[in-house]
Amino acid sequence: MNNSRRSFDVLVVGAGPAGIAAACCAAEAGVRVGVVDNNPRPGGQIWRGETQNSDVADAASWFRKLAGSRAEILTPMEVFAQPEVGRLTAASSDGVCELSYKKLILCTGARERFLPFPGWTLPNVMGAGGLQAVVKSGMNIAGKKVVVAGSGPLLLAVAAHLKAHGAGVRAIAEQASWSRLVRFGMTLASRGRKISQAFQLKKQLSRIAFRAGCWVVSAEGNGKVESVTLRTERKTWKESCDYLACGFHLVPNVELASLIGCELRGGFVRADEFQETSVAGVYCAGEPTGIGGLELSIAEGQIAGFAAAGQRDKAREYFSERKGQRRFSSALERAFALREELRTLPSAETIVCRCEDVRLGRLREQSSWRAAKLQSRCGMGPCQGRICGPAVEFLFGWKAESARPPIFPVPIESFAATACTE
Amino acid sequence: MPKAVSVTVDGAQVDATEEMTALAVILLSGTTTLRRSVSGEPRGALCGMGVCFECRVTINGERHCRSCQIKCAHAMDIRTDE
Amino acid sequence: MRAGAYDVVIIGAGIVGAACAWACANEGLRVAVIEADTIGGGATGAGMGHLVVMDDSEAQFALTRYSRSLWQQLAKELPGDVEYESCGTIWVAADEEEMKAVWQKNEFYETRGVQAEVLDAKALRMAEPNLREGLVGGLRVPGDAVIYAPCAARFLIERAQSRGADLYLPRVVTEITAEGVRLNDGTVMAAHRVVNAAGTWSPMLTPGIEVKKRKGHLVITERYAGFVKHQLVELGYLKSAHSMTTESVAFNVQPRRTGQMLIGSSRQFDVEGKEVDANILRHMLQRAADFLPGVNRLSAIRGWTGFRAATPDKLPLIGPWAGRENLFLATGHEGLGITTSLGTAKLLVDQLLRRATEIPIGPYLPSRVPEGVHA
Repeated sequence: MNNSRRSFDVLVVGAGPAGIAAACCAAEAGVRVGVVDNNPRPGGQIWRGETQNSDVADAASWFRKLAGSRAEILTPMEVFAQPEVGRLTAASSDGVCELSYKKLILCTGARERFLPFPGWTLPNVMGAGGLQAVVKSGMNIAGKKVVVAGSGPLLLAVAAHLKAHGAGVRAIAEQASWSRLVRFGMTLASRGRKISQAFQLKKQLSRIAFRAGCWVVSAEGNGKVESVTLRTERKTWKESCDYLACGFHLVPNVELASLIGCELRGGFVRADEFQETSVAGVYCAGEPTGIGGLELSIAEGQIAGFAAAGQRDKAREYFSERKGQRRFSSALERAFALREELRTLPSAETIVCRCEDVRLGRLREQSSWRAAKLQSRCGMGPCQGRICGPAVEFLFGWKAESARPPIFPVPIESFAATACTE
Repeated sequence: MPKAVSVTVDGAQVDATEEMTALAVILLSGTTTLRRSVSGEPRGALCGMGVCFECRVTINGERHCRSCQIKCAHAMDIRTDE
Repeated sequence: MRAGAYDVVIIGAGIVGAACAWACANEGLRVAVIEADTIGGGATGAGMGHLVVMDDSEAQFALTRYSRSLWQQLAKELPGDVEYESCGTIWVAADEEEMKAVWQKNEFYETRGVQAEVLDAKALRMAEPNLREGLVGGLRVPGDAVIYAPCAARFLIERAQSRGADLYLPRVVTEITAEGVRLNDGTVMAAHRVVNAAGTWSPMLTPGIEVKKRKGHLVITERYAGFVKHQLVELGYLKSAHSMTTESVAFNVQPRRTGQMLIGSSRQFDVEGKEVDANILRHMLQRAADFLPGVNRLSAIRGWTGFRAATPDKLPLIGPWAGRENLFLATGHEGLGITTSLGTAKLLVDQLLRRATEIPIGPYLPSRVPEGVHA
């Protein structure tokens, strides 16, 4: 095992848009900055695979800025424990790294929300962002039939990306109703940039059937998905496909914030106007403070980066951008709220916890999340409740409990390698 | 240009690049079952970003590796459904 | 709530309270169990579920042996999710001095009718190939077993309910009175007898009980079926459990039916916080790797802590609490609560019904310690 120790003035966890922005701004302020991410390269989810030479305008410029800054990028590195205040332990490909910091900026992003339905565990049923990530990582989707389903603006971006790579996107099934989407569309009117993004997408997605008020009832197939059953209020029908890309909007990755002791509100990390959390010296930017999309993440990252580096005046310059983007964020939540029918999809036999194969019927017998965990082991597998947690919250109202180390599985020797302070 | 590498998936040689993940290469080789769940169901990848642990395979003898997070390297030995 | 007083109200639906509920309900007593959070939510859900005969003292041996045989009789009736596995224990000797202790232990068990087998270095490696080279030998105790305790507690509660017991959950007892118990919503539940089986919370309800919290750490791994086949415990475990020092770590690894390894153990007094202690964790995991080098590469998926209910003489409190007509204790089981739960329940119900107990009750009576001598 190769263990190492690094020390920074400002440590940024997460190299997606928020983390990249935070790192660049903190570095610009002249302090020593380190950025860690558990992916092999920076970019997070939305900028996965992008570089300085990207077609995506803002990705390219931020990647150039990052490369030109003095921020040190440490990837892949997965933070899994906090042995004491001011120090995090991360797993790298060949050992453990002790990361010490004076200020910390959490930019841990979000993951997709998965809801169970019959057949959702079949191979080739993936998240919407999930399938996009795999295609970005080198899988060939050309000529394959894909149904994109679930909820949220991500579905459109995913469908466009898949289509651009040669997939035959059979349908986009958005569970939100037309009326909600129209109301959401109105809020875009106030943000010119979003309008042009929307028109771009519309062009890319022409000739793909987009259905609002539509959801997947089940996936069918032998050993892998071969068709999905879709439903609207009016009709139900089967669509044959090679892949189902299905995700229900996003949930924030707050496990590290929770481990550190940051206060959560409504499941999100509470942060003040400078993006500082309830723990002094710990900042949070991007989706963990509220699902709000790319521009909001960047604005929050800039504020956190400057604030953590002691430059509050510079941070203030981005307050109005953030304020504008936050309106988009609340509109998002309202538009893509989950409909009641989604609660009725899984049967007693449907697996809810994929790590431990706990079925819905078993969970219905439990009176609380604690009872469910102890009696059925739901949420006790390697994903540590990241997949089933949001599902049981939707189905039963059970809320996740505080995080314990390791917040990602690590080899025993890495878990043990947390050095004591000498 | 991403560097070309040669890996094996369940003993069969597959051409890949250093920029591809082990998961991508597994799917390109036509394999859909990456692992078995605790009750024996065939499973494939779900989240694509390293949080769901459904894409676990054995890489170079080490079990429970998240294939969506690991880039291909020359002579990488990937075993599924173990 | 039924009209009229319960014969017995049991506070706590951990494994001990659950076992007592079943034993009492089985005798036709009208039983209520009151649980503040969830069945098996305290030490029961945090610990290892090891059914083990221990020889730290004659009294501990008598109770663990008695109780283990009750588990063996119950085994065939346990549902699948209790995961009863009679994998046995191997007490591991790292040096010649510990090997002497193995022989002593073997004689102790044999002369008292507990089957045990001395393993030399070669036999030890054959029994457990993943143990490191250079260990001197061990003692294999085949009758020991492993269960998944939270489901066992639930099974016992269900058994009690099928015999008419009532479960009140979640409800919090704030006071044990002369009439029964008072709950936090102000209601009073009338009971002829109250059993305090509240584990680490028992001193809160019955001031003066000498039960202290003894913190432990555990780590569970991914699934690696066959990595170890027995519960493996170093002989130093006895020193660790026996000593009253502030802090100690001892090698203790358990194979679960799922194929996961449960890695322990640690003991600390006077620590209130539930956080995982990085230094204790490091010592504990390094100790495990000393015995099982391959453990280093296993994937750790969770680490957690729990609190055992510990008494000064390391024996539980089972019986009437001095000076209170209607109050009985069933608490203070330290690391042996799962094993001794069934035996405890029998000893308790025998006392409630004024019957002779199957093993001498003296060492476990709360009155064994004179009043006012509690430190």
